[in-house]
Amino acid sequence: MIALEPRQRLAWHQPLLASAGAGVAALLLVAIPIASAGVPLGEAYRLMAAGAFGSVFALSETLTRATPLMLTGLAAAVAFRAKLWNIGGEGQLYAGALAAVAVGSGALAGPAPLLVALVLLAGALAGALVMLGPAWLKMRFGADEVVTTLLLNFVIILFVQMMLEGPLQDPMGLGWPQSPPIVDEAALPPLLARTRLHAGLYVALAAALAVWVLLNRTVLGFEMRAVGENQAAARFAGIAITRTMLVTALISGALAGLAGVGEVAGLKGYLTADLSPGFGYAGIVVAMLAGLSPLGVVVAAVFIAGVFVGADSMSRATGVSNYLADLVVATALLCVLIGGFLTRFRVRLAARAGG
Amino acid sequence: MTVSEAPGAVVLELAGIDKRFGALHANAHIDLSLREGEVLALLGENGAGKTTLMNILFGHYVADGGEVRVAGAQGLEPLPGGSPAAALAAGIGMVHQHFTLAENLSGFENIVLGTEPVLRLWRRAAQARERVEQTMAESGLAVDLDAPVERLSVGEKQRVEILKALYRRVRVLVLDEPTAVLTPQEAEGLFAVLRRLTSRGLAVIFISHKLNEVLAISGRIAVLRAGRKVGEVAAREADRRLLAELMVGREVPAGTRAEQASGAPVLQLSSVDAGTDTSRALREATLAVHAGEIVGVAGVSGNGQAALAALVAGLEAPAAGEMRLFGEPVRRHSPRAFVARAIARIPEDRHRDGIVGSMSVAENLVIEDVRHRDYQRAGFLRFGAVRRRAEAAIRDYDVRCPGPDAPARLLSGGNMQKLILARVLARGPRLILANQPSRGLDVGAQADVHRRLLAARAAGAAVLLISEDLDELLQLSDRVLVMHRGRVTDAGPTAQLDRARVGLLMAGHGDAAPG
Amino acid sequence: MEILDILLTVNFWSASIRIATPLIFGVLGALLCERAGVLNLGIEGIFTAGAMAGWMAVWAGAGLWQGVAVAALAGAVFGLLHALLTVPLGLSQHVSGIGVTLLATSLSYFVYRTALPDVTSPPRIEPFRALDLPLLSDLPFVGPVLFQQTALTLLAFACAGILAWILYRTPLGLALRAVGDNPSAVEAQGLSVYALRIGAVTAGSALMALGGAFLTMSAFDAFFFGMVNGRGWICIALTVFASWRPGKALLGALLFGAFDAFQVRLQTEVGAVVPSQVFLMLPYLLSIAALVIVARRADYPRSLLQPWFRGQR
Repeated sequence: MIALEPRQRLAWHQPLLASAGAGVAALLLVAIPIASAGVPLGEAYRLMAAGAFGSVFALSETLTRATPLMLTGLAAAVAFRAKLWNIGGEGQLYAGALAAVAVGSGALAGPAPLLVALVLLAGALAGALVMLGPAWLKMRFGADEVVTTLLLNFVIILFVQMMLEGPLQDPMGLGWPQSPPIVDEAALPPLLARTRLHAGLYVALAAALAVWVLLNRTVLGFEMRAVGENQAAARFAGIAITRTMLVTALISGALAGLAGVGEVAGLKGYLTADLSPGFGYAGIVVAMLAGLSPLGVVVAAVFIAGVFVGADSMSRATGVSNYLADLVVATALLCVLIGGFLTRFRVRLAARAGG
Repeated sequence: MTVSEAPGAVVLELAGIDKRFGALHANAHIDLSLREGEVLALLGENGAGKTTLMNILFGHYVADGGEVRVAGAQGLEPLPGGSPAAALAAGIGMVHQHFTLAENLSGFENIVLGTEPVLRLWRRAAQARERVEQTMAESGLAVDLDAPVERLSVGEKQRVEILKALYRRVRVLVLDEPTAVLTPQEAEGLFAVLRRLTSRGLAVIFISHKLNEVLAISGRIAVLRAGRKVGEVAAREADRRLLAELMVGREVPAGTRAEQASGAPVLQLSSVDAGTDTSRALREATLAVHAGEIVGVAGVSGNGQAALAALVAGLEAPAAGEMRLFGEPVRRHSPRAFVARAIARIPEDRHRDGIVGSMSVAENLVIEDVRHRDYQRAGFLRFGAVRRRAEAAIRDYDVRCPGPDAPARLLSGGNMQKLILARVLARGPRLILANQPSRGLDVGAQADVHRRLLAARAAGAAVLLISEDLDELLQLSDRVLVMHRGRVTDAGPTAQLDRARVGLLMAGHGDAAPG
Repeated sequence: MEILDILLTVNFWSASIRIATPLIFGVLGALLCERAGVLNLGIEGIFTAGAMAGWMAVWAGAGLWQGVAVAALAGAVFGLLHALLTVPLGLSQHVSGIGVTLLATSLSYFVYRTALPDVTSPPRIEPFRALDLPLLSDLPFVGPVLFQQTALTLLAFACAGILAWILYRTPLGLALRAVGDNPSAVEAQGLSVYALRIGAVTAGSALMALGGAFLTMSAFDAFFFGMVNGRGWICIALTVFASWRPGKALLGALLFGAFDAFQVRLQTEVGAVVPSQVFLMLPYLLSIAALVIVARRADYPRSLLQPWFRGQR
């Protein structure tokens, strides 16, 4: 007989342990597919670690990858805190990217700081606007936001394709479905010579700090937490549920939109329909690994990015499919769920059977 | 009519049942035995361990120690713990205080649920139907078998619950606080059914904290206090005073209501309709609560009290009619607007509406006022002010907690209620909505709530007290209103009231029996 | 009007049913899970796993029906994982479902890539053929529309009937409907809440996987990355639209199939002036619309998303 006892109080380190444990467990579990692909395990893990963190360049690649993950992770964390299930980070990211190229690829001219700010603002607004739809449908009609945000992801990517074959197609692009390049004044500047690291990282770190302040230090954050933890009590206490949810939705969408801006204005320089390899979905994993804590998101994003970069590098060397990275990410999500369970409950084997 | 004196053989024995939840010793070595054809009352206050004991008997919980034995072919045989299926197979049925009915199914479907082999490819509905109807006829319990349970009244649901057990031919029937949801007259009806059933040999365990009922229905009374069995007496040798002493174990100072004149009207409803759910709506309600008086609202739950409470809490606006506060028509119906106008609101369900469990005690204390300029500046929280409020509240209201930063879910029910009182009473309210303010609390915590409400009355506040506990209402209220099917009847000043008159009004007999 | 003439062609109705088939499996599967009180957002990944596993079994030499069984088994395994996380452990059904989708998708892709590292064009199998039933297939109009489909389509229709029978005519169905409304009612009548829920989610996931298998073994003859393309999410929306009833689920999927077939034909008529992406968006927008229309009065199973623990009541 297995008995579960809820733990009365959590020590501060227990959630951290759950997250770290989940990451490690996920890495260990993929030993099975690696071994079945016929690659020596020690070699595989060594290659992964070296590929992700083994050199300045590796590290810069990991941080470059972590930049959009931090932002989509924050988007998920903010929404999930208020129990708003925004699974549409992917679509909001594309919306942000689309807005960035619409504004930043020559439509407007101006000095660099102004144009960069405008591009960031446009991307955030576009992401927020996309999230406004599901939020409104939820408030007005009670339509489940999980399904609407998920379905909108497909709609938005199709819309981006349409734009890239239409009004936003690069006239110099030889007919490829891609946007004209971001002008230099609108681009997020590179941070380190001979790497792809760009100022989007600062945007992401600043966003994490801002979200932390929002959640822990402001009235709005207080209300978001109350609504998320117990909506009935929040309503009874006089917190405006609809408004709080709406603001949460807008902030969440804006954060994901910023991720898209970083990818086009900092990394790629132009927009294609395969801009994101699922950053929106991976953001959910980042948020959960971080225990929905905004500062934890930074660490979790670096970890997940390291997995992606490391797996890519190992894949090139050994031929193991780089879908291994997605496998680690998915496993980490399920492991952190279980880890959270183990911190909340003490599992006890009851030797004495009663009755 | 008296109950025959336990003539039958022993059908059930609990020996040394022991159960702990963390630090709480819910059941400490409890022994009980039950004979055919008797009603054994299990008496105790809220939290004394009655429901835990019965949940162990029925297999919802596994005991840490002790044994349940049931009469079988070879005398008393041990019942395997932790399995409702085993309990049912051994002939034990239970009517839970919170009904265990699937509301989307009909009464008939609920009764036959789980009585057929699950993997059979069809249901033998006709055969089962015949047996259910036979059971209904034998027991005198009549219900509409085909309506979805969600459309049945509380009394009907309870009858379905009893039929569920009887259909399985149980030998032992456990009833957990069965009268809490009934009018006094309906409770009499239930007692008549129980007497008929016991005369045919059914053994009944009747859980209650109401002395009158226990004396009326049972043959033997076992009293639990703080997880221990503190006494067992034959009903004919017991009296109220003895039982009360056993149950509470100490003298509790009751709050006394001093006579005082009431002031200007604070809350007025005239011909107000409210509530969306038609069966529980408020209809053409007219009432007034004045400064310095406590107005009690009696009624079986589900007769419009929720709609009335939602109205006074600011959660809903009237669909028709007029609502006035402090003499003026209400323009903004919202919890925040009502809080700003010094209306204190104590919710019916403190876990659901009163507390955000994962937020801290301090945060829960300021949740209603968090936008007030005392607690925020330019949208940023003022932690010092929040903390000072929390420390004062913990001290003044004696909230037992690890500290202001502890999550509120760690608090016991009584301390949660103190936290809510501290939140709503601190700012000198002029109107108090107290919805079931002492439900589920032990006697000490109940007395504390009562003292606070009486003190607020003495300070000139108007109090609207909604309660299912008639004793509480008659003790605290200056006047009593009775709700039935959404309509409010003024039963008059408490001094001129008795339980029977209120009971008749609760059952909808407004013109019967002059007060 | 030639556009309306489309509605009268055998070809159109035949295509509608073909498009509807995977959705019928998916909606029935989602419905079974949700009737028992568990939202299964693993559906998108389970579709992918079913599509990959069924196809790969046949590609490796198994018979078509063996492939179908393999697909169902793969779905059941992922369903069981979701069930164990959400039922006895009571973890977030949203997060666990997303996790199962990510896991099932990435594992399918990984296995496919590992088994076929170097292929550029996806290898093909011999898929299910259209049926040729005596008498039935030769009926005018109805014959080609209904009985010249593949066996999997008829299986989907049969599943709707079987599920309806189980839910409304058997003791098991009674217990399933009860457990989705109030698990305590089921426990108090001596049945196991955990067994019912775990069983329903596992079986429902197997059904979902059949929807995926239809894609690679009947609609197409190969496995492509991204081929499920949101069909799972559409099924979740259609389940609400169908008010958790098998009959309405069938109807909802068929309506959806008809609309999709219609827009494809419309596209050939007006494709020159309207970008193709607009038409591709329509199924998703239609699903959102279907959800919005019914959301307010949807009669959600009362215990959906609510974890239930033994001994905690």
